[in-house]
Amino acid sequence: MFLLSNIFNDPERMNHLVSIAQTSLYPMIEGAIKNTIPLTLITFVLGLILAVLTALARLSSIKIFQIIARVYVSIIRGTPLLVQLFIIFYGLPNLGVTISPFISAIIGFSLSVGAYASEIIRASILSIPKGQWEAGYSIGMTYTQALKRIILPQAARVSIPPLSNTFISLLKDTSLASLILVTELFRKAQEIAAKNYEFLLLYIEAAALYWILCTILSFIQGSIENKLNRYVAK
Amino acid sequence: MRTTAVKGDFNMINIKNLHKSFGDLDVLRGIDLEVEQGKVIVLIGPSGSGKTTFLRCLNLLEVPTDGTIEIDQTVMDFNKPVKKKSITSFRSLTGMVFQSYNLFPHKTALENVMEGPIIVKNIAKHQAKETATALLTKVGLGEKIDFYPFQLSGGQQQRVGIARALAMEPKVMLFDEPTSALDPELVGDVLKVMKDLAKEEGMTMIVVTHEMRFAREVADEVIFMDEGKIMERGTPDQIFTSPKEARTRKFLNLIQG
Repeated sequence: MFLLSNIFNDPERMNHLVSIAQTSLYPMIEGAIKNTIPLTLITFVLGLILAVLTALARLSSIKIFQIIARVYVSIIRGTPLLVQLFIIFYGLPNLGVTISPFISAIIGFSLSVGAYASEIIRASILSIPKGQWEAGYSIGMTYTQALKRIILPQAARVSIPPLSNTFISLLKDTSLASLILVTELFRKAQEIAAKNYEFLLLYIEAAALYWILCTILSFIQGSIENKLNRYVAK
Repeated sequence: MRTTAVKGDFNMINIKNLHKSFGDLDVLRGIDLEVEQGKVIVLIGPSGSGKTTFLRCLNLLEVPTDGTIEIDQTVMDFNKPVKKKSITSFRSLTGMVFQSYNLFPHKTALENVMEGPIIVKNIAKHQAKETATALLTKVGLGEKIDFYPFQLSGGQQQRVGIARALAMEPKVMLFDEPTSALDPELVGDVLKVMKDLAKEEGMTMIVVTHEMRFAREVADEVIFMDEGKIMERGTPDQIFTSPKEARTRKFLNLIQG
């Protein structure tokens, strides 16, 4: 409180801070638009595809698919995301494999989303009553047709709330990409703060921007849920 | 739809020595049955007698462990391993109506009925829509085609279920306790649809039900099952009025109170 009152009693310092906040806003939003948001969107789509495949492998009657899926999920969930990113970006060059920061981040985050979301999708598929599969089969559908036409559309509705959680976590986790040199929103904040030492101001500003992005996502989640809930008794 | 066929032209169904076990549990223990084309069979029996499993075996929702099933001159032999492809094509000979309807909740009544023709039979959408609308009108739901299942009563849902099965033009219709999940006042409409199907369309039907009036009015034959076997079969009158087997008598006493 002592420090805060100092700031407010010092108009010159106040003006200084406001101008830093203003000038740093543009590079941070640029970081968000060029890196944070594309990284989140691309990763989520790739991760979701990976997640559906992993969930189906887990539910498959073929043993080897089950094992591959289990091992993959176990490794990704059992190791820190930051360590995974470091292995991909800083580790792989030792094998002669050099990947750009952005692509490294996409690979790392997609693998992560794929593993976590696969459990959500697996649970959603299992939550659809067996009678739905049977009804599909009884009108002559194959496994793939029943899955695509009957099961997945219903599982999608069930999985929207938990997947939205994953999506929002992902958006925030992309700040870890700053540590493998992706110039996303948080890295911009770090770079600016390193020059003017206004750590508190810039990190709060970064936090505010993340919060705004997440709030927008929550609204989108709400409207998707409404759309998918049209066939459910209210 | 099919034209009225003369009953008893030929055997639509031939079942020989059908067995089904789940692990150590023998649910069906050697069933032999022939059903002539256009006949309506009502299957009764205590719970756990295997009647539902039997019906599900005809539709291959359960794959029998032994025996053969012939439907419309297509034979499945369960002594040999069965291929997925042949399961799917054999299944198309029968239509199934479930106790709990199992309508697709994310599709309207019309979409439920159109789904099979479009996805499985690759029929053009406008044509499938025409047929589906006609079928729904016939089961008395012409006004409700755009309703989602949750907006329909149980009886209406079950009639959509019947229309959905009929849309695939099966040779045989299987009904697994189609009215036992319904409120009493809704049973009549469903039974009427089934009766029309039997009398007007000459559909071959196997119905698991405890609706004795339906059995008396519509069934050509009543089969009493117990412990995975057919214990007794005969006309509704024979079975309900003068059953030969003690177990049939006991069961009928129980359900008729």
